[in-house]
Amino acid sequence: MAKIELKNLAHSYKPNPSQPSDYALKPMNMTWEQGGAYALLGPSGCGKTTLLNIVSGLVKPSQGQIFFDGQDVTALPTEKLNIAQVFQFPVIYDTMTVYQNLAFPLKNRHVPASAIDARVKEVAKMLDLERDLGRKARGLTADMKQKISLGRGLVRADVGAILFDEPLTVIDPHMKWQLRAQLKRVHEQSNVTMVYVTHDQTEALTIADKVIVMYDGEVVQIGTPQELFERPAHTFVGYFIGSPGMNVIAAEVAGDVARIGQHQITLNRAVTAPAGAKKIELGIRPEFITLNGAADGIPVKVKRVEDTGRFQIARVELEGMPLAVIMPEDARIDGDVARLSVDKKHLHVYADGHLVEG
Amino acid sequence: MDKPIDNRAWFLALPVVLIVAFNAIVPLMTVVNYSVQDTFGNNEFFWNGIGWFQELLDPTTDLGGRFFDSLGRNALFSAIILAIEVPLGVLVGLCMPKKGPGVAFTLVVMALPLLVPWNVVGTIWQIFAREDIGLLGWIVNHLGIDYNYTLGPLSAWITIVTMDVWHWTSLIALLSYAGLRSIPDAYYQAAKIDGASRFAVFMTIELPKLRRVLLIGVLLRFMDSFMIYTEPFVVTGGGPGNSTTILSIDLVKLALGQFDLGSAAAMSIVYNLIILAACWLFYTVMTNVDADRDATRVEA
Repeated sequence: MAKIELKNLAHSYKPNPSQPSDYALKPMNMTWEQGGAYALLGPSGCGKTTLLNIVSGLVKPSQGQIFFDGQDVTALPTEKLNIAQVFQFPVIYDTMTVYQNLAFPLKNRHVPASAIDARVKEVAKMLDLERDLGRKARGLTADMKQKISLGRGLVRADVGAILFDEPLTVIDPHMKWQLRAQLKRVHEQSNVTMVYVTHDQTEALTIADKVIVMYDGEVVQIGTPQELFERPAHTFVGYFIGSPGMNVIAAEVAGDVARIGQHQITLNRAVTAPAGAKKIELGIRPEFITLNGAADGIPVKVKRVEDTGRFQIARVELEGMPLAVIMPEDARIDGDVARLSVDKKHLHVYADGHLVEG
Repeated sequence: MDKPIDNRAWFLALPVVLIVAFNAIVPLMTVVNYSVQDTFGNNEFFWNGIGWFQELLDPTTDLGGRFFDSLGRNALFSAIILAIEVPLGVLVGLCMPKKGPGVAFTLVVMALPLLVPWNVVGTIWQIFAREDIGLLGWIVNHLGIDYNYTLGPLSAWITIVTMDVWHWTSLIALLSYAGLRSIPDAYYQAAKIDGASRFAVFMTIELPKLRRVLLIGVLLRFMDSFMIYTEPFVVTGGGPGNSTTILSIDLVKLALGQFDLGSAAAMSIVYNLIILAACWLFYTVMTNVDADRDATRVEA
C-alpha cells in the first residue's frame, strides 16, 4: 500500500538537456493517493510510458524524486520497489503453468510454500482463473495472459501500486469490456493504487477516478472525467476528450466581450488575458451550442450534417472557421444559414492554449 | 474453374528429371550395385546378395568390428563437440554486446572461423599443434605436459575436438545471439519486477525462447560432425593407429585405400541410412514440439 508522490520529476533521454524540447518528460509534481485509480491519457509519444517506467524504477529520472509513503525511493532498483507492472503485450513465462506463473514473484522473494499456495488461490479466485491453474500458460489467449500478468502483480502482499501500460491493446474488442469491468472489480476488492496508461479516452474515463492528461511531456490537466469534459484546462484536453472534440475559435477578448471577426459574444464574466499572451481563443464543446434556438444568434454557414444514430453533428462555418455542433436526432435545418447561440456557462477563454480563470 | 488438362506438359518436367537422375539416382544406384556384388579385379563381378551387409552389421567379423568401432568413435566425437559447443555457444551469445560499436566488431570476429575452408582449418591446426614448430604444441610441451597428436591418442582427440570447437562454436553463438535479440524488453522488465535472479531469467525466459534456434543449431552441428572428414583427415589422418578413424575416414580407407568396392558400398549405404534416420528423428522432435504448442492453443 502506498501513496506515491512525484517531486519536480523530469526526464530526458539526452545526456545534456538544455532546452525544453530535449525533455521527454518536463518537470512535474504529482501525488497519487493510496487506493486511487488513475489514468494517464495522451497521444503516442507524450511521455506516458516514460513516466510509468520511471515510477516502476525501470528508468532512472534525470532529475527529481519519487516518494512512496514519504520515503525517497528514487535510487532503489525495480525489484526492491513494491510496484507491479502489466505491459502492452502479455508477458508470461512460457514453460510454466498458470499456477507457477502466479507463484513466481513470491518464490523469488522466498515466501514459504504454504503462504504462496494460499495467496495464489486467492488471486486466482479474484481473477476467475481457478479452473485454469494447472494449464500451461503458453497456449492461453491474450486476455487470459494479460490476467496472469495482472495476477503476478496482485499476488504480492506488499504491492502498493500496479502500473498498466496500455494493457488492452492486443485484446479483442468484445473481451475489452469484460476485462475493464473485471479490472474495476479487482481494484475495489484489493485496494491497490492503479495507474493506467492509455491513449483511448473511453478506457481512461471508464476505469479511472482521476485522469491525468499529458501532452508533449507535460501534464496539462488532472481531474475527474467530468472536470475534463466541462472545464478543459488546455485546448488540447478539450480537443482530445470528447467526440467530436471541443471547438476552438480565435477571438479577441476585452472585459466581458469576446469578438470573433465582426461578431460579438458577451461572456458571463469579465476576463483578463495574461499580459503578453500571443494567442487568445474561445473554447466551446459541440454539446453546448444550439442552432436556431435564439433569434439574436450569430449567423453561420451550414456545410453538412452527419447522423451518428443517437445524435446529429452539424458542421458549420463561422468567419471561415469550422465548428461542430451536436443536435438532437429530430432537429432539422432549413437552408444553409443558421443562427448559433452558446451556453455561456460552458464558454471558456484560452490564452496560448491554457484556460484563463475568471 | 476449369483447368485445361494436357499431359504433354509432363515433358516440361523432363529436364529436371534428367538432372536429378544423373546427379543423384544414377550414382546412388552404382553404389547399390556394388554393394550386392564382389570382385577380384579385371572388372569381373560376382553376385553376393546381402552378404556384405550381413558381414558389416555383424560385430564379430573383421569388417563389422571395424565399422562399429568407427561408428562408436564418430558418435563419441559428435557427443563431445555438442556437449562443449552448445553450452559454450549460448554463453558466448549471452556475453555478446547488444548495442554500440562493439556489435559489428564482435559479429565479424565471430563469423571469421565460419568462413575458413575446412582443409585450411585442418592445415592451420596441423601446424599450430605440432610439438616441434607449432606455437600451441611447443608451449604445451614446454609447460611440461606431454602432448603429441601424432603419437598419443588422447592428444589427437583433444586436438580434433578443440579444432572443431574453434571452428563451429561461433555458429551456435550467432544463432543464440539472434534468438536472444528477438526477446522483447518487456520480458526482462517483467522479470525484474517479479524479482527474478539472473539465473531465473535465463531458465524461465531466455532458454525457453532459445529452444527452437538451439534445436536447429544442434541438428546442424550433429549432421556436420557426423559427416566430418577433411579437418581430422588433414590433422591426424585417422591416427595414431585407428584412434581417430571416424566413419568417413574409414570409408575412404576402405573404398580408395583397399579398393574393397563391395564392402565400401555397403558401408556407404548404411552410413547414409544412419544420417537419414537421425534427420528424421530431429525433424519429428521439432515438429512434435510445435504440435504440442498448437494442441494447447486449440484447447484454449
